[in-house]
Amino acid sequence: MNELLLGLADDELVVGWRDSEWTGIAPMLEEDVAFSSIAQNEIGHARAVYELLTDDADALAFDRTPDEYRCAPLVELHLPDWAHTIARRWLYEVADEIRITALMETVPVAAKINREEAYHRMHAEMWRERLRDEPRFRDAVQELWPYALGVLEPAQRAALAARVGLDEVAAVERGVHDASFAALHDEMTIVRRSAPAGAQW
Amino acid sequence: MTAEQVWAAFEAIPDPEIPVVSLVDLGVIRSVDVHDGHVHVEFTPTFLGCPALEVMRRALEETVRGLGAEPEVEVVNDDSWGTDKITPAGREKLRSAGFAPPAPRLVQLQAQVHRCPYCGSTETRLENLFGPTPCRSLRYCESCRQPFEQFKTI
Repeated sequence: MNELLLGLADDELVVGWRDSEWTGIAPMLEEDVAFSSIAQNEIGHARAVYELLTDDADALAFDRTPDEYRCAPLVELHLPDWAHTIARRWLYEVADEIRITALMETVPVAAKINREEAYHRMHAEMWRERLRDEPRFRDAVQELWPYALGVLEPAQRAALAARVGLDEVAAVERGVHDASFAALHDEMTIVRRSAPAGAQW
Repeated sequence: MTAEQVWAAFEAIPDPEIPVVSLVDLGVIRSVDVHDGHVHVEFTPTFLGCPALEVMRRALEETVRGLGAEPEVEVVNDDSWGTDKITPAGREKLRSAGFAPPAPRLVQLQAQVHRCPYCGSTETRLENLFGPTPCRSLRYCESCRQPFEQFKTI
């Protein structure tokens, strides 16, 4: 269970970090605001789940070596392209809903997270509707599909395939990071590593 | 000291992001228990990504210390807070400050009706699901041609 929660929290932290990369440079002002807000919320969810596992969420979030992170490669990918970014947002939210709702009975904070994620889903579905017939978006969904499957435990993948309307294929599993994760980890942890001991925020 | 005195003091703590409402109006204080000079407070956060949560927690602690007692603020991250916990007084304060209060959860899920806080019209359209904080959306009123912020129902 702890391994599952750590994977969930790491996914939320890292997807939040990647989403925040659009702050200031999204294709339109509304999306600048939306991506910043979603990113902030995902990182808040990561913190709430880390706090189930430790008394010091910052230490768990930022003091590990890259190979100790349990995030799925889907959230790690550096995607400087809007079609891919929206494809990831949509695939991630569909997968995350399956995972979060399955946890709601046993993990009280999952129900709280689920309430808030409803707005992330609306945002993702809105964009999916808008782009669904665009070849660039469809190609991006196909490309990211094996990664999306890797977000979930094998038993939950059939539900994801049914929701997305694609056939199950071999998943890109957790455990081996995407090549871009080292640089992301370096960036995520730099403030923590540079802060003098005992610094208060 | 009584729990009533503590509640009264909490009514004076403004929400850090929307100061027209107090933490009591927001419904984030689930219980206050006074015992032997200690005040135990159960605090249920609003949105988990809200940057104001730490500020709220500290304000609760400082207020209790100001009353001459030792605070014990317990953050309860369960599903007990939703926008239905905002008090009727809190909803009215939001409306008069130009924030459309969140519709009751049951109503919102069935009917996507959003009323303009200025003129009361339901002829409003979504501009952006996200706004300046995680709890707000941006809408535009077609009747009085005024943009406004909509508190999200969760």
